[in-house]
Amino acid sequence: MSHVAFLVPLFPLLGFLINGLGRNQLSRSMSGWIGTGAVFLSFLVSCFLFGKVLENGGSTDTLFYLIRTTDLSIPFAFQVDQLSGLFLLIITGIGTLIHLYSISYMHEEAPHHFARYFAYLNLFVFSMLLLVMGSGFVIMFIGWEGVGLCSYLLIGYWFSNPNYNYAARKAFVMNRIGDLGFLLAIFWIISKLGTTEYAGVLEGVAKLSSTDLTAITLLLFVGAMGKSAQIPLYTWLPDAMAGPTPVSALIHAATMVTAGIYMIARTNLLYTMAPFTQGVVAVTGLLTALFAASIALKQNDIKKVLAYSTVSQLGYMFLGLGVGAYTGAVFHVMTHAFFKALLFLGAGSVIHAMHHEQDIRKMGGLRKHLPVTHLTFLIGCLAIAGIPPLSGFFSKDEILAAAFHANPIYYVLGLGGALMTAFYMFRLYTLTFLGEARYHSDPAHPVHESPAPMLLPLVVLAVLSVAGGWIGIPEWMLSGGHRLEHFLAPIFAASGALAHEHAHLTAAQEWGMVGGATVAIVVVILLAIRSAGREKTDDQPASGILANKWYIDELYEFAIVQPIRSFADLLKSVLERNVIDGCVNGIGRLIHYGSRQMRLIQSGQVGNYLLIMVLSMVVFFLIWFNDNKIMALIHKIF
Amino acid sequence: MPVNYYIYFCLALFSIGVVGVLTRRNAIIIFMCIELMLNAVNLLLVAFSKMHHGAAAAGATVPSTVGADGQIFVFFIMVVAAAEVSVGLAIIVMMYRNIHSVDVNFLNRLKN
Repeated sequence: MSHVAFLVPLFPLLGFLINGLGRNQLSRSMSGWIGTGAVFLSFLVSCFLFGKVLENGGSTDTLFYLIRTTDLSIPFAFQVDQLSGLFLLIITGIGTLIHLYSISYMHEEAPHHFARYFAYLNLFVFSMLLLVMGSGFVIMFIGWEGVGLCSYLLIGYWFSNPNYNYAARKAFVMNRIGDLGFLLAIFWIISKLGTTEYAGVLEGVAKLSSTDLTAITLLLFVGAMGKSAQIPLYTWLPDAMAGPTPVSALIHAATMVTAGIYMIARTNLLYTMAPFTQGVVAVTGLLTALFAASIALKQNDIKKVLAYSTVSQLGYMFLGLGVGAYTGAVFHVMTHAFFKALLFLGAGSVIHAMHHEQDIRKMGGLRKHLPVTHLTFLIGCLAIAGIPPLSGFFSKDEILAAAFHANPIYYVLGLGGALMTAFYMFRLYTLTFLGEARYHSDPAHPVHESPAPMLLPLVVLAVLSVAGGWIGIPEWMLSGGHRLEHFLAPIFAASGALAHEHAHLTAAQEWGMVGGATVAIVVVILLAIRSAGREKTDDQPASGILANKWYIDELYEFAIVQPIRSFADLLKSVLERNVIDGCVNGIGRLIHYGSRQMRLIQSGQVGNYLLIMVLSMVVFFLIWFNDNKIMALIHKIF
Repeated sequence: MPVNYYIYFCLALFSIGVVGVLTRRNAIIIFMCIELMLNAVNLLLVAFSKMHHGAAAAGATVPSTVGADGQIFVFFIMVVAAAEVSVGLAIIVMMYRNIHSVDVNFLNRLKN
């Protein structure tokens, strides 16, 4: 195995350094191409590594040791195997497309802000690559924090708008809550197993009691909740739409938010051995999927709809993980990365064309003006809705089938969520692209199709959204069709051996279920197009529980933020003012007073000095000759 | 004569020197008191030297060098004291030239 794995994160790191340090010197096109080129180079290396994985399977490359003691050694090592290889391709591949898209999308920015944007974006790719390539929890955590930081920086990229800063801060704080759980899980693993390497943990898993397993997996899941925006830590993701649209596509749809799924897929054996946690994961995922989908039904901001849709799709992935369909979850990560990045970039193209208008009530009829965007967006909508044979169909179907085996209620609810998905996506599509134009066209700045660098990523992603699912065609549909499952089998083999063997449905039953679901989805799509066509689009304030997102933000504000604020105020006025300030000022005053008194000793009189010297010597000799007695006295006292 | 007497005498002489240094303000008197202390120590060295020789010689013939090192030290101290006196007197002369007094209490310029 050639040791080139380190090159994959190295290129974006170099790109970050060049763009970050040279932001005042580089021209816009220079920094754009450096940023894009860096990610493209790591995409090439990733392809090479992926080829190696296909040939030889996984391998681990140790670069150096972060900590090396007899009790604990933490190597800085890159593990490239089937799972991380797949993620590498997704991250660098989609990353390259989105960088390319950004060059065009961000062209209005000043050069140094432009370079700052690409520096952050490269830093994000670097962190994300660390996250998936690390051979242990510690490196994953480094990447985990790195992507959190970049997410914060990029959400608050337009930092002159205070609301965007609040959104960035909200994302950061919510992620920190999850990170605490992740960190505790790492400590727990170290204390029980003395290693943080995946290989070591999976070997030592038999040594863990079931309590340990449940606690560790739950804590890890708390981390995943924060990063992957699950109930109750999901509210940051819709607000994260404050960032530039390509950022939403890359970080808040395709890659970073799937880190939680990656983590659970990576430690799947622990989860399989902790059924209680699996139940928690499945229920949380399912609830999130339904909840976010219901909110998306009534949103009017094109990016907010997509954001809630992302939360909802992430919920499906967790449902898949929770019912043991690890392959299905990873499969859905991949297909979702394709079609959600496509949808976000399409939305970006629309926003670009509409001159930064994001309200879908003020769009309409864009089909004529944006033919390429319209077509690719439609493909994205069909893919996410789960219309065969587009990619979303296969991955969602796999998760739902596994959910059916675990518990038919999961299936019914999951299918309901899928119908809602179809509804809100086609409501969005109809309001944006169909019907009559509801905007005032400015003859000086007509609505125009985006330039080629923006359309190329759309087309590539559209092709992937159509064809990306074909590597996972289920066995009952096409014998030997599920290439992805065979590919990922080594990762999930240990879990598969432990999982209960389900009574398989016959192919006819599977066909029936899938057919029924598809017909239902098509009906819902038609309904959505009809009802959206009639929807009132006057500019009235949002009313109703769905439009107000179930008042969750208000609830958090009231139940968590306000009490913490009042408590902090209390601490400030009582503890800070009296105790802390008192201590600090008291020490200062004591030293001041003491030195004023000490000053008096320095009288300048030689006689005084001599007296002090003689007295000190007398005291010294008294102690010197009586040390036994003094020690005895001290021992008597204490 | 027992060595105790010498010790008490030297102690008294040394204490007089210390008290003199601490209480007197005239630089020359202080100087004399320092000499007093040095000589108290000299006397004690000689006394102990004699005592050691006597103890070693009791019932045996020993060379006269036994216990002589104390007396040799006395000479060293005398030489050092003489050198010190010359330097010290020079300082006192300079002090008198500058402040027209030999009262050490006026030498308080290091204050504050």
